[in-house]
Amino acid sequence: MAELRPPASPPRHLLSVRDLTRDDVERVLETARRMASSVDREMKKLPTLRGRTVVNLFYESSTRTLASFELAAKRLSAETMSIRAAGSSVDKGESLKDTASTLAAYDPDVIVVRHPSIGAAHLVARCTKASVVNAGDGKHQHPTQALLDLYAMEGALGRLEGVHVAIVGDALHSRVARSLVQALELVGAHSTLIGPPTLVPRDIEALGCAISTDIRDLASADVVYVLRMQQERMAPGEAFIPSLREYTALYGITPERVQPGQVVMHPGPMNRGVEIDARVADSEAALVIDQVRAGLVVRMAVLYDVLTVAPVLERAVAEVA
Amino acid sequence: MVSPLMLFSRNGRSDSLTLEGRVLAPAQGIDECLRITVTDGVISGIEPAPASGLVIAPAFVDPHVHLRTPGREDEETVRSGSEAAAAGGYCAILAMPNTEPVVDSAAVLGALIERARSDAVVPTGFMAAISKDQSGEELSEMAELASAGAAAFTDDGRPVESAGLMRRALQYSALAGRPLALHCEEPTLSRGGHAHEGHVSAEIGLGPYPSTAESLMVGRDLALAAAEERPLHLMHLSARESVDALRRARDAGVTATAEVTPHHLCLTDEAVRSLDPNFKMNPPLRSEDDRRTLIDALRDGTITVIATDHAPHARHEKEVPFEDAPFGVIGLETAFAALHTLLVLPGELTLEVLLERMSAGPARVFGIPEPVVEVGARANLVALDLEAEWEVTEDGFRSLSANSWLLGTTLSGRVVRTIADGREVFVA
Repeated sequence: MAELRPPASPPRHLLSVRDLTRDDVERVLETARRMASSVDREMKKLPTLRGRTVVNLFYESSTRTLASFELAAKRLSAETMSIRAAGSSVDKGESLKDTASTLAAYDPDVIVVRHPSIGAAHLVARCTKASVVNAGDGKHQHPTQALLDLYAMEGALGRLEGVHVAIVGDALHSRVARSLVQALELVGAHSTLIGPPTLVPRDIEALGCAISTDIRDLASADVVYVLRMQQERMAPGEAFIPSLREYTALYGITPERVQPGQVVMHPGPMNRGVEIDARVADSEAALVIDQVRAGLVVRMAVLYDVLTVAPVLERAVAEVA
Repeated sequence: MVSPLMLFSRNGRSDSLTLEGRVLAPAQGIDECLRITVTDGVISGIEPAPASGLVIAPAFVDPHVHLRTPGREDEETVRSGSEAAAAGGYCAILAMPNTEPVVDSAAVLGALIERARSDAVVPTGFMAAISKDQSGEELSEMAELASAGAAAFTDDGRPVESAGLMRRALQYSALAGRPLALHCEEPTLSRGGHAHEGHVSAEIGLGPYPSTAESLMVGRDLALAAAEERPLHLMHLSARESVDALRRARDAGVTATAEVTPHHLCLTDEAVRSLDPNFKMNPPLRSEDDRRTLIDALRDGTITVIATDHAPHARHEKEVPFEDAPFGVIGLETAFAALHTLLVLPGELTLEVLLERMSAGPARVFGIPEPVVEVGARANLVALDLEAEWEVTEDGFRSLSANSWLLGTTLSGRVVRTIADGREVFVA
C-alpha cells in the first residue's frame, strides 16, 4: 500500500449526489468491489487509512449508517470517534457550528455528519478543514445510501445501465429517494416515483424521473424500491394521507404486487405491514441484507475516496486488488 | 392631509454645499449637466455645468426597513440602521413595527420617535401594527397612533390572517388617514415552507412555499379593498400570480400600490442550491418567470416602489443549517449598486426607471414629500459614481449585521454622497 500523502487542499467532500460525475460513481463502486473481495479473501482489516481520523457526528438516531461508518473506518485502520447529540454538549445548547469547530480542533481527516436539518453538512464543510461526508441532512441528501443501493443493485442484476427502478412511497420527505433518483440518472438507469399525489414533490420530474400514482406501474420495473412510511406524516396539520390503512391498501408492497424476476429493496428500518408485507421482506426477492452489507464496503470506498486524489486512488486500488 | 411630523431625525445644522454632475431626476424630466447649490439645507441655485463623472439624483426613499429596535439592538439600532441608509443614498426610511415589544401603542411609538430625534442620521418614520401585538385579533388604536406620528400600518412579518379583521382594518384606517401596508401570506399554504415550490425545492427537499401562498392573500386583500373602496399597499411581491391579480384590480379601479425588493428582482430560487442562509427570505426567491414578471411590472408602473426589506440578523442566527435559519437579508447599503450592476448594466431596466422607483415612487405611496431638484426645495440628493467598482465584504457595512446575499460580489456603481433633509449625511 502506497504511503498516502496529506489530503490535497481544498478537502474533498461528499455532500450531494448532484456534485458527482458518472466517473466518480463508477470509481467508488469499483473501489468498493475491490475492498469487498480483499476483505472476503484474507484479513478483514486493511492498513489503508492508518493514522487518519474519522469523526462521526450524529444528530439523529441511526443504527446501520452509524455502525457501518464506524466499522468502515476501523476496517481501514483509521482512528474513529462517534459523537451523538444526546449526552454531548449539543444537549447544552451548543450550535452545530461550535460543535463542528470544536471537533475540528482535533484535526480529523473526515467528519461524517447526520443532522435533521437541510444544509447541515454544507455548514460543517464551510466551517472546518476536514473532508465532510453527508450521512443524511433532513429531507435533502443521503449520498452514501444511494451509492450502496447502486452497489447492491448491480450485485443482484449484474448491470446498472438501462435498469428501471420503481421507487414507491413518501418521496416528498425522503432524502433516500432524492439521492437515488439522481444517482440512477448518473449511471444510465431510470426511475419512476410511485405514491399518493400529496407525497410526490411537485416538479420532481426535473431530476429525470417519471412519476405515477398507480401502483400497477411498478410491473415494468426491474427493482421495486420501497420507502419508509413515517407515522408523523399523519400529524394534525400535516395530514398528507388520510390513514396508514388506506396507504397500505393502495401502495403496500404485497407478494401479489411483486412480479417474477423483480428484486425488492428498502433502506430500513422497515415498517412491516405498512409499506412492505412481511412475506415480501423475508422473500428471496428482498435485497435488504445485501444493502446492509453493501453499506460497509461502499462507505469504506467513500472514506478512501475523499481522502485521496484520483491518481493516488488508481494506484492504491490496483494494490488492493 | 399628511402631517409633516411623520419623519424624525436628530436636530443639527443644515449644510451649504455644491454638487456638480449629470443631474438625473426622471420624475421631473431632468437629465442634464448641472451645478446645484445648497444654502442652509435648501437648494438655492441650479445652473448649467460642464460634463463630469458623477450622476446626481433625488435621494432614495425606503419604505420597508427593519431597525430591530426595541428588542434586538444587537442586530440593528436606529443609529446604525440610519447610517446604513445614508450610505445607501437614502434620505428617508420607514421602519417596521415587528419589534420586541411590537409598535402597537403610542407609548412604544413615542419612545422610538424620541430615539430617532437623538440618533437617526436620516429622517426615519415608524409604521405601527395593524393589530395589537400583531396577533391578528384586535385592531390597534390606529387613530391615536397616527396622531402620535405613525407613518403607516402593517403587521409585516406575518399576514392579517382573518379576513374579517382585514376588512375592519381597511374601514377603520380611514380615521387614521395613513396607508395600510400588507404582508400577504396564507399561512396554511406556507407552513413549513423554506423555498419556492418548484424544481429546486423538489430536488433539495426544502419545504415548499408555493406562489399561491402569496397570491391567494393578495387576491383576498384586493377584493376587500375593492369592496370597501379603500387603498392598500402590497409589500415585497414575489410571484407572477400576485402581479397578475394586482394588474386586474388596478384595471378595475382599485387603488392598490406595490413594492418589490432588490433580491426578488435579481435572484431566483437557483441561488438556494448553495444552501447559504443568506439566500433565505420571506417571501422566498422564486422562478425566472416570476423575476421577469416583477421587472416588467416595475417597468410598466404596475409596481412603483423598490423597497429593500432590510432585515438584519445576528451572525450566529444565520450560521446554522439553511433549514434552521431565519428569513431575511440586509439591503440598504447595496440596493442601488446591486440593481445598477445586475439590472441596469445588462439592459433589463433603465437607470431612469430605477431612480424613479427608488425615490419618487415610494415617496408618493407613503405621502412623503418627493425629493426634487428644484430651487427652494429642501436638499434630498444622492451623488452616484456609476463607474466605481467595489466588493461587498462582511466588514464593510454600517449596519450592525452582515447577512447580505452579495457578500464577495463585485458591484459597479457607488453612492459617494448623500444629502438628506438639507444635511450631508454620507461622504464616501
